[in-house]
Amino acid sequence: MENRVLQTSKDPAGHVEDVEIRGHIIESLILPKVLDCIVNNGGAFRIKQVAVGQAQKDPSYALIEVQARDQDTLDLILAQVADHGAVATKAQDCSLAAADIEGAFPEGFYSTTNQRTEVRLAGQWTPVADQEMDCGVRVEAGAARCVPMTDVRLGDAIVVGHTGVRVFPEERPRESQGFAFMESNVSTEKPKGVATREVARALLQNRAAGGKTLLVGGPAIVHTGSGQFVQQLIRRRYIDLLFAGNALATHDIEQALFGTSLGVYLEQGGLAETGHEHHLRAINRIRRAGGIRQAVDSGLLRSGIMFECVRQGVDFLLAGSIRDDGPLPEVVTDVLDAQRQMREKVRGVTFCLMIATTLHSVAVGNLLPAWVKVVCVDINPSTIIKLSDRGSFQTAGLVTDVEPFLRVLIEELTAMEGSGQWAVDSGQ
Amino acid sequence: MPHPPRILMCPPDYYGIQYEINPWMSRRRPSDPESAARQWQALRGLIEGAGAAVACLDPVPGLPDMVFTANAAMIFSDQAILSRFRHPQRQGEEPHFQRWLSENGFQVERLAEDLFFEGAGDALFCGDTLFAGYRIRSDARAYEAVGDLLACRVIPLELVQKHFYHLDTCFCPLEPGRAIYYPPAFDHYGRHVLGELVPELIPVSDDEARHFACNAVVIGRTVVTNTGCPELHGKLRSLGFNPVETPLSEFLRAGGAAKCLTLRLDGEDAAAWKTSGMSPLPPGEG
Repeated sequence: MENRVLQTSKDPAGHVEDVEIRGHIIESLILPKVLDCIVNNGGAFRIKQVAVGQAQKDPSYALIEVQARDQDTLDLILAQVADHGAVATKAQDCSLAAADIEGAFPEGFYSTTNQRTEVRLAGQWTPVADQEMDCGVRVEAGAARCVPMTDVRLGDAIVVGHTGVRVFPEERPRESQGFAFMESNVSTEKPKGVATREVARALLQNRAAGGKTLLVGGPAIVHTGSGQFVQQLIRRRYIDLLFAGNALATHDIEQALFGTSLGVYLEQGGLAETGHEHHLRAINRIRRAGGIRQAVDSGLLRSGIMFECVRQGVDFLLAGSIRDDGPLPEVVTDVLDAQRQMREKVRGVTFCLMIATTLHSVAVGNLLPAWVKVVCVDINPSTIIKLSDRGSFQTAGLVTDVEPFLRVLIEELTAMEGSGQWAVDSGQ
Repeated sequence: MPHPPRILMCPPDYYGIQYEINPWMSRRRPSDPESAARQWQALRGLIEGAGAAVACLDPVPGLPDMVFTANAAMIFSDQAILSRFRHPQRQGEEPHFQRWLSENGFQVERLAEDLFFEGAGDALFCGDTLFAGYRIRSDARAYEAVGDLLACRVIPLELVQKHFYHLDTCFCPLEPGRAIYYPPAFDHYGRHVLGELVPELIPVSDDEARHFACNAVVIGRTVVTNTGCPELHGKLRSLGFNPVETPLSEFLRAGGAAKCLTLRLDGEDAAAWKTSGMSPLPPGEG
C-alpha cells in the first residue's frame, strides 16, 4: 500500500471531512475528477491514503480529507463528490460512558493528546476545548472539553474508545526559518546567535499581535545574575505571565533585600558572612509582611523579578515542591491545586519561553496544546529532550547558559525595536 | 456448437407515455399504441432476421416502460445483476424482471438498496472492460459493487446531458476495441478515457444522436438502428457492418429506441468474456 500526503493549500481550513472512493478510479480519471471538483468548488484536499490496484481487474482506493473554509462550502463539495462515488467515511458518533466514581475515568476512556481534537456528537464534529495531553474528554450540553482525571465527577459523560474521535496533527513548518533551524535534534553545537534572534523576533511579534507570552523560569536565572534581564523583559511588556517555584522568587527577593543569591554577592561574586541564611531571612520577611504583594506595597521589596511582576501587573503563579524552604506565602503547595491554577492561566497563551527549569518546564509542557510555540533554554540538553519525549514536540530547544542567552536576547530586542526589522516576515 | 444470439423483449401492450422521467417524455405527446405495436414487431422481425432468437416477457399493466428490457439487468454469463431503478415509476418492474431471469436459469444478483443501477442501459462491455454511465440514473458507487461481483475493470463515465441519460443512448460497443459514441454526452474526462481505452471510436452527429443512432442492436455484423442515421450507416458499411434501420419514433417519445427495447441474454458481441471464455469468478476469489 502506498501512503502519501499531498496538500493543495497551505491555508488552514476550518471544516474537514474524510471521504473515500474505491474502484477503477485512476484509469477512469474519477480520482482526478474528484480532486478537481474539490478545488473548483473552493476547497482543498489532502490525500491520506492511496492503494493502487495491481492487476487490471483490481480496484484502487483513496482516502481523501476534504477541507473547506465554511460548512456550506464543505457540504456543497461533499454532495458533488458523492455523485462521483466519493462518500464520507462511515462516521459514527463518539461513544460515551458515565463516570462511575469520582476522580477517575471509566475504563477504556479516550486518552487525549495535545493536538487539536474533535469528537462527533449527534452527527456534528465538535471541537474539544481546553486541549491538553493525558486527559479525558467530558461531554456536557453538546460541548466537549479536556478534563484531568482528578476533576471527573460522578456521572460525567466521558468519551470512551476511538470511534467518533479525530485528531489534527499540527503541520510542522517546512520553510527554512529560524525555528525550523532550531527544531532538529538537540545539540550543544549550534550557533546561538541565529536562534536567539529568532526568539527575540517571536517575542516582538507576539507582543505586537496581542498574544500572551508565558515565562517559565528556574532559580538559575537569579544565580547567574540574569534577573536584571528578566526584569527588563517584564518592564518592556514582553512577559504576560510567569510560572516559577519557591526558589526563583526566594532568591530574587534575597537579592533584592541582601544583594546575594544563595549567599553569594551577585555584584562582587564573594560569599557573604552568614550568607547561607539570607534566603531564609528573605522568606521570613515576606511571610511577616503577609506576602510578596504586601511587601511591594509597603516598600519592603523594591526591586527584582517579583517586584516588577507586581508593579507591572504581570500575573504569576508559584508552585511549591517538597523541598521548599518557607515557602513564600504565594506558593501554592497543593500540587493539584497548582496544576489547576496553571491550567486556568495557560488558556490564551500563544508563546512560551522556558528557562532553566526542568520540572516546571515539563509540567507546563504537559498543559499546553501543541499549537503553542515553546522555546526551552537550558544548559542541560536533557531538559529539552525530556520535554520532547513527553509529547511537547513543538518545543524548540536551545542549549546554552542562561546569562549569555538573556543578555543577547535583550540586545537583539533593543536592536530590532530600533530598526523595525522584526516586523519583516521571516518567511512564514 | 455456438448458441444463436438470444434477446429478451417485452411486447408494448401496455406501453404509453404515462409519466415524465426524462426530457423526451411529455404526456402531451402520447404514443400511438397501434403504431408502437407495428414498430415493435418490425424491430423483432429485423432481429430475428439477423439470426437472433427472441424471448418474450409478459407485459404488465401499469408498467409502461417494461418494454425497455435493456434496463432489466446486466448480464454476465449466467449472472444477472438486477436493476434498482432510480424512479419509483419503474421500480415496480424489478420483481417481474427478477422472476423471469430466475426462471430462465440466471443467477440473479441484487445490489445494496441504496445503490441505483439500471442494468444494460448503463453498463456495457467493450472488450474486457465494462463501461458504466452514472449520475443521471445509475450511481457511481454501484459500480464498485458491480466490479467486485464481476472481478473486471469497470470504468464509470459521467453522463452530462439529460437527453442522453443512459449510457446506451450515447455509446454502443460494436466489437472489442470499436464503438459508436456521441462525444457531447460526456465531459472531457470521459472523452479522454474513452479515447484511451477504445482504440476506434466512431462519433455520431448531433442530429443522428437525437435519432438515437447510438441506441443500436448489434448482432454479429448486423447493426439495427432507428431511421434517420444515414451518416452512421455509411460509416458502418465502410467498416464491413450491415446497418439496417426501422422506424422507432413511437418509442423515441419515451426516450428509447432499438437497444433499449432489447436485452442480450448471451452477452453482447463486443464483450470479450463471451469469446475469450473468461468466466465470472466466484465472489471472494477476485
